[in-house]
Amino acid sequence: MEALTALVIGVLTAASVYLMLARTFMRFLFGLVLLSNAANLTIFASGRMTKGAPALVPYGEDAPLGVVGNALPQALVLTAIVIGFGLLAFTLALAFEAYRRMQTVDTDAMRFAEPKEDADT
Amino acid sequence: MSWVLVMPIAVPFAAAVGAYLLRNFTAGRYVSLAGSVLSLVASAVLMAAVLEHGVIAGQMSNWDAPFGITLVADYLAAVMVVITAITGLATAIYALGEIPEHVEGLGFHALFQVLIAGVTGAFLTGDLFNLYVWFEVMLIASFSLLVIGGGKERLDAGIKYVALNLVSTLIFLSGIGLLYGLTGTLNMADLRGAVADLDNQGLVTVIAMMFMVGFGVKAAVFPLFFWLPASYHTPYFAISAVFAGLLTKVGVYALMRMFTLVFVGDVGFTHEILIWVSLLTMFTGVIGAAAQTDFRKILSFHIISQIGYMTLGLALFTPLALMGGVFYLVHHIIVKANLFFVAGLAKQYAGSTDLNRIGGLYKSAPLLAALFIIPAFSLAGFPPLSGFWAKYLIVVAALEIEAWFVAFVALLVGLLTIFSMTKIWGMAFWKPHPDGIDPTPDRAPPGVTRAMMAPIAGLAAMTIVIGFYPEPFVQFAETAAMQLLLPNDYVDTVLGARP
Repeated sequence: MEALTALVIGVLTAASVYLMLARTFMRFLFGLVLLSNAANLTIFASGRMTKGAPALVPYGEDAPLGVVGNALPQALVLTAIVIGFGLLAFTLALAFEAYRRMQTVDTDAMRFAEPKEDADT
Repeated sequence: MSWVLVMPIAVPFAAAVGAYLLRNFTAGRYVSLAGSVLSLVASAVLMAAVLEHGVIAGQMSNWDAPFGITLVADYLAAVMVVITAITGLATAIYALGEIPEHVEGLGFHALFQVLIAGVTGAFLTGDLFNLYVWFEVMLIASFSLLVIGGGKERLDAGIKYVALNLVSTLIFLSGIGLLYGLTGTLNMADLRGAVADLDNQGLVTVIAMMFMVGFGVKAAVFPLFFWLPASYHTPYFAISAVFAGLLTKVGVYALMRMFTLVFVGDVGFTHEILIWVSLLTMFTGVIGAAAQTDFRKILSFHIISQIGYMTLGLALFTPLALMGGVFYLVHHIIVKANLFFVAGLAKQYAGSTDLNRIGGLYKSAPLLAALFIIPAFSLAGFPPLSGFWAKYLIVVAALEIEAWFVAFVALLVGLLTIFSMTKIWGMAFWKPHPDGIDPTPDRAPPGVTRAMMAPIAGLAAMTIVIGFYPEPFVQFAETAAMQLLLPNDYVDTVLGARP
């Protein structure tokens, strides 16, 4: 299970790097989504994989019985997903507004903050 | 003890709520201003407590460390919180003059206070995942502040800033995941022992490099700084001043914290890399600045170059070098924020920040010229201003361990800094205005000069005070450096702390 997760994280990261190397900002954005998921999976996997053992406390007990899944990384990953979701939503809105104003999503053509003439200096 | 630690974070958040609700009224900006004053008070209380006890820690919600979130303040964290509050107050005053009403209506003051809260939280937290959360709080506020007011330039700058910062955050986040998988803890004080006990030190070094890259992007070190000169010259001046002063320093602070507290197992490898990174940062930054002809672009490249000095203090890893690094950090925040403030006022008077299109400020606005000279020469390291002592400590630390080349580069970069500063001086202040106009203070709307001049004068006064009376500040930096190098106190206070 862990090997499979590691493979998935690797593939996600590789795909995200490929996408982020593109000139189109939209592709970069999708790469960012994939990288964000790869990071979340890394955190999730860091709690080790346990099968069918949720961290639940049976009625009348003080602590879970036996070996259960580590609940902390799951809490962390929830936080990270929510934060990542918010940031990506913002970035998408920013990209849309930038496209409306600049009429392009080609990062090579986005030279308004650093115009070409002093780019070569 | 918890309240002392929580207040510097809670006050800006409360001010943000108030300022947001009143964003369409003039009262909103005064709520923000009052919040900044109260933040300064809260951080002064924190500083007093730290000076009395050394290191203080508080466990949130009574969960004992290492299971809960710990807030902890040592000398370094406390001084960063105080300087954040000072910069915040200066910016809040400056914003009264600069920020137009329709931008206030968009919630400028609320975002600004959230930014300050995020920065303060990052300085105070003792938990790695919590640090990530504060980074995000800071980031989302800074994204919005960068593009507030709109326009092609800002959106373009915003895209680049957002993209690169998000990637760095994700690298940092993956590093956290891996470090937790390896050690099973996220409490920074607990991590020190847990990381040292690991058999697989090679893996720790790999994770350390992930953190170095993640924080390195935030701190804008070579070769990860490209987002900074692409974006810092576009927003309102109040915003670029607070970014220039504080945001990159959070990255430097995080580097200092992690690479003195946790990742000290292979100093020969990690800190050697940092030395070269620092030297290249210093050099490329100052060379980049030499090629620019815009007031703020020159200053932006100088941020990068100065960041190199701070990371160099960490990289040399001797008590004197770290002391220099801490001193540099504090001095630089004051000076750099102030230079951006000056640039904003110069634009109000002369009409632009392009040095080819302005001039004559020395003749028409001598007060501004005098107030530019102080931070500019402090940045370049002229005695007796604060920058001299900061550079002096770093150079002496390099000479002490016979790192001749490091000392040479540090001095050379100081020399090249003077070149840029004299270029700004010559083109903006000395030469006559190319359009033949007199850039007198009357050209700014009434009331604007007063609000914008006050923080400039205040910060310049602080530069002078630190310059002429550096002893208490140097002693403070010395204690801070000792706490970083021998963090037993830090670890004991966190792990043994009771609420």
